[in-house]
Formats: sequence, C-alpha cells, structure tokens
Amino acid sequence: MMRGIAAMLAGLLVVAPSTPRVKTLAGSVTGTITFTGTPPKMKPIDMAKEPSCAKEHATPVETETVVTGPNNTLQFVVIYVSAGDMGTAATQTVKFDQHGCQYLPHVQAMHTGQPLEITNSDQTSHNIHPLPSKNPEWNKSQPPGAAPIQTKYDNAEFIPVKCNVHPWMHGYFAVLGTSHFAISGTDGSYTITGLPPGKYTLTAWQEKFGTQTQDITISGSETAKANFVFKATPY
Amino acid sequence: MRLLWITLVAGAVGTAHAQPSILGGTREDFRRYCSGCHGNAGDAQGENADYVDPKPRDFTLATFKCRSTPSGTLPTDDDLYRTIKRGIVNSNMPSWKPLPDETVMALVQYIKTFSPRWKTEKAGAPISIPAEPAVTTDDILAGRALFQKMECWKCHGPEGRGNGPSASTLTDSKDQPIKPFNFAASSRFKCGSTNEDLYKIFMTGLDGTPMPSFADNFKGDDAWHLVHFLRTLQQEERPEKVVWQQWLATHPGQLKPIGPDGSGQ
Repeated sequence: MMRGIAAMLAGLLVVAPSTPRVKTLAGSVTGTITFTGTPPKMKPIDMAKEPSCAKEHATPVETETVVTGPNNTLQFVVIYVSAGDMGTAATQTVKFDQHGCQYLPHVQAMHTGQPLEITNSDQTSHNIHPLPSKNPEWNKSQPPGAAPIQTKYDNAEFIPVKCNVHPWMHGYFAVLGTSHFAISGTDGSYTITGLPPGKYTLTAWQEKFGTQTQDITISGSETAKANFVFKATPY
Repeated sequence: MRLLWITLVAGAVGTAHAQPSILGGTREDFRRYCSGCHGNAGDAQGENADYVDPKPRDFTLATFKCRSTPSGTLPTDDDLYRTIKRGIVNSNMPSWKPLPDETVMALVQYIKTFSPRWKTEKAGAPISIPAEPAVTTDDILAGRALFQKMECWKCHGPEGRGNGPSASTLTDSKDQPIKPFNFAASSRFKCGSTNEDLYKIFMTGLDGTPMPSFADNFKGDDAWHLVHFLRTLQQEERPEKVVWQQWLATHPGQLKPIGPDGSGQ
C-alpha cells in the first residue's frame, strides 16, 4: 500500500514537469450565427405615451427578442466557452445604458463579479428590474440625471431585465463563468480571441431559441471556425 | 370561519407548550398554518396557491416585499416576524396575531431553511430613518413635486388611484399580473399602516414586485415629503389632509395637474 502511494507520487513528480504550457500562444474562434425556418415577427413599439423617448427615434422601433440581419443572420446571440480554459475575470467595467426607452445594448455579457454600470440617458424615469433566479433580486428607480448604478453579479445565469414603467423595455444580462465570450453583431458574426491551446466547448445562447453547443480544438495561434444555426419558430 | 380561528389558536397554544423541540414542532406549525398556500417545501405550490391572487411568497427565492433592508438584501428576522403578525393587505395573507410570539419566531427560522441564501448571506443593514418633520404646506408641495418627477403617477395614477398609464401592464417577478396600490381605497399599506412603514417602502422597494427602491435618489427629507403628500390622497381625515385642504381652499387654481404635461407644482 505505502509502496503503491510512493510510486504514484514519484509518477506525479515525473509527469508534472513534462507538460509545460506555452502561455503566449493564443488562438481565436470566429463564425456566424444564422437561423433556418421562420422567426417570429418583431412588433413595433408605440412610445406615444413617452414623448421624450419617441422623439429619439426617427424610424419606428421594434422589439428585439429576435433580431435578424441579411442572409438569415442573428444578432444578440451570446457565444461563450462553457468547458475548457475559462480565462480570468476581467476587471474593466461593463456598461448598460437606457436610451430612447431601449436598453443599449439589448444583451450585455459579463464575467461573474465583473463591475457593471447602469446609466439612464433619457429624460424620463426608469426602474431597473433585473429578474435573476440565482442572484439576489433588486429593483431600483433611476430618474433623469441620476448617478449610475454600480453593481455586479456573483453567480452565472442569464438574467432578464425589464422596466416596469415602460413595459416594452426588455434586455438581458448574460453573467458567465468565463472571460471568453462574444455577442454576435448586426451581420451575425462573432470572434472570441485570446484562447490558449486546448479543447473547448462553445455554447451559443439566444433568448428565444435556447442554446447550442459545439466542440473545438485550438492547437496554436490559428483561428478556428464555428458557425451556429438555430432553428427558428414563429411563436 | 370563527371555528377555524378557534381551532388555529387552540392548536398554536397547544404546540407552543407541548413541544420540547422547537424546530420539530415548528414543522408541524408550518404545515398547519402556512403549507396550504406556501407548500410543504416553501415553494408557493400549496394546494390553495392556484386560487390565490397575488400568489403566495416562494420562500425558496428568499425575495421578500416587506423589509427594513435595502433592495436585493435579505430581510431581518424582525421584518419577517412583523409580516407574519401583521398580514399583507389586499392579499390572502392574514394577520397571524393570535399565534404566540415564540411560535411566530420559530416559524421565521423555519422559513429561512428553504433558501440556501440564508446560509451564505446575512440580512441587510436596516436603513436609517430620520425623524419625521412637521407637516407643512411646503412639505406636501415638495412631496407632490416628487410624485410627478419620480413618475409615481405612471403606475399609481395622477390621483393615486392605481390607474396610471402603465398600471395594466404590470407583472410581478413571476410574470403574474399585479395591481399598483390604490391610495384612495386603502388606509393600510402593504407593509404596515404608519407613516414610517410607508417611508420604508420608498427606500427599500417591494422586492419581487414592480415597486422599485428610491434610496439612491431621495435626499434629506424627500421620502417624508412624499409620505405626507400621499396621505392627502387617502380618504381618512388625517393631519396631512387637513393642512392640504386648507391650502387648496385658499389657493384655487394654483396647481398644475399631475401627469404627462404636469410640472407637479
């Protein structure tokens, strides 16, 4: 028994230095998020009851639950590493603004514990009401000109955000256990950089269509490709 | 109904004296008094829950309306004790005043076993409440201006009747429809009937509902001004209302209405 443990320890000592990690190498992953099928039609938002916001928009604004682009691309999809190297928590502040009675951006991603600053650029009062299930729930009023709300979330989850005064306002905080994440842009594309060599599981999350995963391997400083296709349903 | 109360009270007295183990007896008390709505697991899935509006509190979330602590923090034991003893107006939560204090205190501890948050977090620090200033016309006018500026009227309505433009769209944190408080129809508030109870609601918010906390934006006696103004919207003949009506009688036509174009002055 003792001999067995000694042999194991000796084995560890031999193995440990034989796996050096080259920290400087970092690859990337890039891709495009698209859908097949028929996505739901977004509804026009009537801001007539809030003239100070209505005048911020030259063209009518629609809900942002499913935002599509040319060639069936999807915006506001969060792509993140769900298994593999998780990186280290970023310390820079993530910003979330209320402007024209909309959330900018509609979806904001952050690492657990990362500072989050919420501002109100509107000439009307909002209440910020995130609806977490794994973090404490709070609900704060933010009148025009009020100081930013400084906060953070300690547990990873997708948190719906709403304003009770303006019922059309909906957004999301994507609180992630990794610093390797990106949000797809207006053309549905994303890029995650700074991935050390290794195996990864990528997850793509869309608020209406759920999640999809894909495994990739980064061996050096190359750029891997990972496209995601969501099956859209109209309702 | 009376028979039910007698049974409840008799049962409570019996358990309080007969149980050597507080927590063991408390589970029986919880199942007798609370489970019907809140469920044996404290998850708001009791057999009566479907028929209750607003829905019973889900203790597994540890989100509570009536607190002396900031929005997003856990309430104190005393906050939970007061809620059980007082009940919640405009809901199916009755006052459990007849239960012995030790039974209610033990139930408070039992409620805290349903969410792991109670193991890792402490209750929030109770907010400090400055002494209530005297009721004056200026103070009520300042409260009225805040009612306009903070856009309380968007939910509660220009006259506090719970009929503002956003009222019909409101949902609680479980997506259940919920009505804003109608000041003209009630003398008691959600978390008590005193001016101080109303003050606390502005500064802590009613977590789990659309009512936010104004703590970051109210300065000095702002919340007291708003308390005094809201008292004038109630039916009761209160000192605030007397002062206000005297001023209104001597200053006809000086107020702009509250609402989309109002200045609140």
